[in-house]
Amino acid sequence: MITLDHYLYLSAILFFIGVFGVLFRRNLIVILMSIELMLNAVNLSFIAFSRYTASMDGHVFAFFVMAVAAAEAGIGLAILVMLFRNRRTVQADDLTLMRD
Amino acid sequence: MGEIVFIALAVGTTVGAGVVAFSKNIVYSAFALLLSFFCVAGLYVFLAADFVAATQVIVYIGGILVLILFGVMLTEKIEKVNISNQALKPFRAWILLIVSGGILIAAIVKTNWITKAPLPPTPTTGELGNAFLTRYLLPFEIASVLLLVALIGAIIAGRKEVRRK
Repeated sequence: MITLDHYLYLSAILFFIGVFGVLFRRNLIVILMSIELMLNAVNLSFIAFSRYTASMDGHVFAFFVMAVAAAEAGIGLAILVMLFRNRRTVQADDLTLMRD
Repeated sequence: MGEIVFIALAVGTTVGAGVVAFSKNIVYSAFALLLSFFCVAGLYVFLAADFVAATQVIVYIGGILVLILFGVMLTEKIEKVNISNQALKPFRAWILLIVSGGILIAAIVKTNWITKAPLPPTPTTGELGNAFLTRYLLPFEIASVLLLVALIGAIIAGRKEVRRK
């Protein structure tokens, strides 16, 4: 029997794989992908809660998260392409113009 | 039967996510993200969320993933795959990861979730449409404005700069 806890643990694992990617990887595209993973994990737990509390609100929130994820991916990749055009790199470590 | 499907989908999701975060090759990461998204869509079907599963396939796989692949092709040199992957200060990142992960797992374990027995799966589109056009009308409209703003912003940011004399 699969309970809510199984989904929550899976979602937590997925979320922390995403956090690992954001914290440890230095390539901006991989960081963007990891952010998408984290948003996906949140969506999964929203839908699981929705299923196990017999309400539709989780589905609605999952749609809003998807809309924000789509906007974020579009803007993020546009910035990334612009950055690559100007600086020829997408490594986070090379982009220190505003720090030093 | 249900348990086997769930475990298969969960393993697919986790392995895909793991390859995204750990692989040194960006192209592998992008395709592992495809696996992960697909398995999550399967889990949505398993949770009786038919419309969300379809949207997951259309928006994430059809939209975001293709966009990310374009990003990979437009920026990285694909043949030069082995790029530096290390964070500057892994120590602090590990502390942050372990502390926040511990808090989240403790929250899942300690909380006594009030659940109801799941209903048999029914189509969700009608209820979703009602929810979006009655109770969640304002957030729905704001989300559409947000998407429009993101669209215009992405076009302006991504186009070639034309200098006027």
